[in-house]
Amino acid sequence: MALRTYLQAISDGLREALAGDESVFVMGEDVGAFGGAFKVTDGLQAEFGPDRVRDAPIAEAGIIGSAVGAAIAGMRPVCEMQFSDFVACGFDQLVNVAGKMHYRVGLSVPLVLRLPSGGGFAGGPFHSQNPEAWFMHAPGLKVVAPSTPEDAKGLLAAAIADPNPVVFMEHKHLYRRIKGEVPGHPYATPFSARVARAGSDLTVIAYGAMVHAALEAAEDLEGASVEVLDLRSLAPLDEEAILDSVAKTSKVLVIDEANRTCAAGAEVASLIADRAFGHLDGPVRRLATPDVPIPFSPPLEEAVIPTADRIAEACRELLDY
Amino acid sequence: MLDAADRRGLLRAMVLMRAVEERGLSLYKQGKIPGSFYDGRGQEAISVGATWALGAADAVCSPLIRDLGAHLVRGTDLAEIFRHYMGRENELSHGREGNVHFGDRRVGVVGMVSMLPDMMVVAGGLAMAFKLRSEQRCALSFFGDGATSRGDWHEAMNWAALYGLPVIFVLENNQFAYSTPTSRQFAREPVARAAAYGVAAVSVDGNDVEAVFEATREARERALAGDGPTLIEARTLRMHGHGAHDDASYIPTELLEEWLGRDPIERLASRLGEEETAAVEAEVAAQIDAALARAMEAPMPAPGTAGDDVFCVGEPVTLGEGAAPWSGFAAPDPLPAAA
Repeated sequence: MALRTYLQAISDGLREALAGDESVFVMGEDVGAFGGAFKVTDGLQAEFGPDRVRDAPIAEAGIIGSAVGAAIAGMRPVCEMQFSDFVACGFDQLVNVAGKMHYRVGLSVPLVLRLPSGGGFAGGPFHSQNPEAWFMHAPGLKVVAPSTPEDAKGLLAAAIADPNPVVFMEHKHLYRRIKGEVPGHPYATPFSARVARAGSDLTVIAYGAMVHAALEAAEDLEGASVEVLDLRSLAPLDEEAILDSVAKTSKVLVIDEANRTCAAGAEVASLIADRAFGHLDGPVRRLATPDVPIPFSPPLEEAVIPTADRIAEACRELLDY
Repeated sequence: MLDAADRRGLLRAMVLMRAVEERGLSLYKQGKIPGSFYDGRGQEAISVGATWALGAADAVCSPLIRDLGAHLVRGTDLAEIFRHYMGRENELSHGREGNVHFGDRRVGVVGMVSMLPDMMVVAGGLAMAFKLRSEQRCALSFFGDGATSRGDWHEAMNWAALYGLPVIFVLENNQFAYSTPTSRQFAREPVARAAAYGVAAVSVDGNDVEAVFEATREARERALAGDGPTLIEARTLRMHGHGAHDDASYIPTELLEEWLGRDPIERLASRLGEEETAAVEAEVAAQIDAALARAMEAPMPAPGTAGDDVFCVGEPVTLGEGAAPWSGFAAPDPLPAAA
């Protein structure tokens, strides 16, 4: 085990995949010589060469569509959108071409698309989005969203090994802020949820950066036993883990950093309403970013993205219900 | 480069394409084919001539709705095509994909999507993989004049030229994107635009199957020699409406009459003679009757299978090899080694 940042863990995972499998290659804007806008791929081109760590033109449809072709031909491309927001330019290739391929014509598309996502650092409307729900709604795509360095590396390995297109949501605000122990050898983390903190009075369900906000909030709630469930995978959704936790605590708060309407948390709340109604001892509450573009100016951004304080407040209300 | 057996084969593939589509139209009118129906009447020389030049390991990504000939030349089972047309159980897509959208992965064909020209970008990706692995293979992608207006076309052109990819883009310029003539689609011809991107671009008579074959053969040679992509414009006219629901009243009668005189099947048939043509037609008719009879025996898909296979489980499924009928492949090594 070694202490690694979330960013270093992703970088380690890419290096191990490139070293372990000739069919893996990395492609994206500025990922080669420059090492990526966030330096996730720093040093990889020097180690594996420009064919396997490829600088692509600024053409998101080109990147995703080419990766689909390479994947059909038996390669395992791992592509980066420089910011998750830019995936909108390649949406058609991902949703219509990659996602439907196996169902339509029986060809596998083992493609990983890394999406640096999320806000919290004044990135503004085009560098802060959390578009995961777009892809949860698209049949044929898997969506994962790690919150820790250990899971970031393990989920990346599992995504690369998966014979289907996987959207890998990596939260930019966790890149250098979050450190943790990470095994130094290759391993795969299953696409399932994880109890980040055990508790018995209330469950907070979150993923990505919101797991850390939820853990911070749970620390502030003296006298209450709060469970934090880290979803890790949004598609497939670990329904059993969600239902088990709700059965244990009977109260649930679902957090999204994404815009509220039809977010991942809406699907989680719907699942609980449908299948855990008898266990509930209060309404299923949600906290999410309202349906606004993410504003640039810090007081505006802080006003919309859920914070530990607002999560704690919502927990208190629910505990008192 | 083409011998007598090739010419007979080309004629047979074109006659088969037209006859299958004629049968398809009747089945559609009888209510046996759900959805609408689309055919490539008048454009048979393009898909047949281009795929005739491909090697077994090359990939077609993808034949479009006017390109039944590509499926036939690659060796897709005709009964499977009829099953697929009728929404019956079949191995091509188990009734999931639209009736004229399909591709048999087992013969190196990737099924198209409706958003044009998405698959040109994907073809570039296949070519990228072939090049990365130093394989002597190329990818071929069909597209129409309308597709050149979309961004993906431009990304595919730039990508292929930038990386010198072994890919062949075959433009079927049939003069109309549904109802919109090329004069209202673009100010610069696709060949000029492709050349500006650094893609070798040629224009041929799309109703001359031998010209299409020859241009594709040269493009493949260039691709496998490491000299990069080629765009082949095959000039033609769509002789039917966009689909069976479209009477194409917007196409001037004089234009249709003019192109009727350039029919690609009649042109090759006149070269081969009446006797041989009649034999081919009889052969094809029998083949269609037999295939359709087999197809009719297939059940409709079980409703419970609608949710199957959204995801791949287990090892990835990739492309197989198709038929490579050109007589040139019988020669020891018709192609130069890669640069």
